[in-house]
Amino acid sequence: MDARIKIRNTKSVLFKALIIFLAFIITLPLIIILLYIIKMGVVQVNWGFLVHAPTPEGVAGGGIANALVGSLLMVGMSAIVAIPVGLLAGVYLSENPGTRLAYYSGLCVDILQGVPSIVVGIVIYFWIVKPFGFSAISGSIALAIMMLPIVVRSTEQTLLLLPASLKEAALSLGVPYHRVIMKVIVPCGFAGILSGIILSIARIIGETAPLLFTALGNVYISTKVTGPMDSLPHLIYFYAKSPYQDQIDQAWGASFILLMFVLILNITTKLITRKWNIQL
Amino acid sequence: MEHTVVSASNFNAWFGDNHVVKDVSIKIEKNQCVAVMGPSGCGKTTFLRCINRMHELIPGATAKGSLKLYDDEVYNMNPIYVRYKIGMVFQRPNPFPNLSIYDNVIAGYKLNGLKMPKDELDRIVEKSLTSAALWNEVKDSLHKKGTFLSGGQQQRLCIARAIAMEPEVILFDEPTSALDPISTASVEQLFHELKENYTLIIVTHNMQQAARVSDKTAFFYVGELVEFDDTKQMFTAPKDTRTQNYITGRFS
Repeated sequence: MDARIKIRNTKSVLFKALIIFLAFIITLPLIIILLYIIKMGVVQVNWGFLVHAPTPEGVAGGGIANALVGSLLMVGMSAIVAIPVGLLAGVYLSENPGTRLAYYSGLCVDILQGVPSIVVGIVIYFWIVKPFGFSAISGSIALAIMMLPIVVRSTEQTLLLLPASLKEAALSLGVPYHRVIMKVIVPCGFAGILSGIILSIARIIGETAPLLFTALGNVYISTKVTGPMDSLPHLIYFYAKSPYQDQIDQAWGASFILLMFVLILNITTKLITRKWNIQL
Repeated sequence: MEHTVVSASNFNAWFGDNHVVKDVSIKIEKNQCVAVMGPSGCGKTTFLRCINRMHELIPGATAKGSLKLYDDEVYNMNPIYVRYKIGMVFQRPNPFPNLSIYDNVIAGYKLNGLKMPKDELDRIVEKSLTSAALWNEVKDSLHKKGTFLSGGQQQRLCIARAIAMEPEVILFDEPTSALDPISTASVEQLFHELKENYTLIIVTHNMQQAARVSDKTAFFYVGELVEFDDTKQMFTAPKDTRTQNYITGRFS
C-alpha cells in the first residue's frame, strides 16, 4: 500500500516538473528575442535618433522621426474613429444578447478579427488608394478596421460581467436608459474597456501589412494626412532589407522603440486593471 | 383619514405565455407596512415589480389590468415618474460600486442630472442616512466607496438611496434574504420607523419576518392572491385553508 502511494507521489512530482519545464520553454524564445532586440537596438537610440528625419544613404546621422510622427498620427486617427464606434457596438452587443442583429454583428466582429491584415490592406488599396492616391488617411482606415473588433469584443466582455442588479438599481431610481448606460454601466466597466482599447492600440501600432499599400512611406517628416506618411513597422521593413549597415542598425533601433511602445502599453493595461478595477 | 395609496384590480402579469400573476385585487393604505408572502414562484416578486414597472424591463414580460398609485393608472404614467414615486430595495444590496457613500445616497438626483445646491444635497444625505439608521456608522467616511461597507450596511445604504428620492411607496424584494441575523434585525427595526413616513410593501419568504414587521399580510399562491388581512388575524385565524396549510408548514 505504501509503495503504491510512493509511486503516485513520484508521478505527481515528475508531472509537475514536466509542466514547469514546458512553461519555461515557451517563455524562453520570448526572452531571447527581447534581449536580442534590446542589445541591438538600445545603442542606436539617442536624442538625435528620435528627432531627426533620415539622411540619404551613406550620410551619417539621421533618425526615425518621420516614422515616429507617422505612427503616432495614424494610430491616433484610427483610434479616434475605432474607439467610439467599437465602444457603442460593444455596449449594444452586451445589452441585447440573443437578438438577431446582435448575433450577426457579433459574428461579423469575429470574422473581422480573423481577416489577415494584408487582406484589409488590399481592400483599402482598391477602395481608397486607387481613387484618391496614397495617404495617411487610408492607412488609418486600415488600422481602424484592425482595431475595431478588439475594442468591440473587449467592451462587450467587460460589460457582460457586470451584474444585472446594477442596472436595476439605476432603473429603479427612475434613471432613463441612456443615462443608465452612460453614468452607471460604462463607468463601472471603465477599467476593462480602457484596457481593451490600450491593448488594441498595442496591437495595431506594429501592423505593417495594411500600411504597405496605403500610407506608402515617406523619408521626410510629414503631418499631411492626405499624403504618404511613414510608420515604425514600415521603416523597419525597408531598413532591414537595406544593403547599408547604417540603415540595418537603425532598423534595430526602431524595433527597440516599437517594442518599448508595446511594452509600456501592456504594462499600463496591467496597472489600470489593478488600480481602477471596481470592486463589485 | 386613511386612504389608499396603491390599488390593483383584476391585475394580471405574464412572462411570455406563463401567467404568473392572476386577477389580483388589493388595496394598500397609506403608512402601512404590508408583507407579501407565499411559496417560491407564486408571483409575489413579479407583482411587486409590476408596481414600479420594473417587470416590463424583462423581455417577453407583459401585464394587464388596473394598477393605481392614488388615482392615477400606473401603466398610463411615464415609467420614469412612477419610479421616482415608488422606490425599490432589492434582494441583494446593490450600491453603485463606482460611487462614494455620499453619491450613492443622492444617486437618484445625480444620475438623473438634477442639479441642486451643495447644502441641500448635504441635508438630503444626512436625513436619508439618519432615516436608514446608518448615519452614525458612516458619517466620517462619506466619501469612501459604498462597497467597503458590510452587507447589512450596504442594504441600509440602498434603503437610504430609495428614501432620498422622497417616494410615496418603497418596495422591498426579500430585503434581508442575503443578510446575516444581526443585519436582518437592524433592517427589520427600520421598517417600524420608515412606515411613519412611507408606505412599505415587503416581499418575504420568511413568515416570522412577516409576522414581526407588517400590519397587513398578503398571501400569494400560484399567482393568486389567496388572502389579504391584518397580520394578526392572518397568523392566528386564517380564513383560507391554503393559508392555513402554508403557515403551519404543510407546504412550502
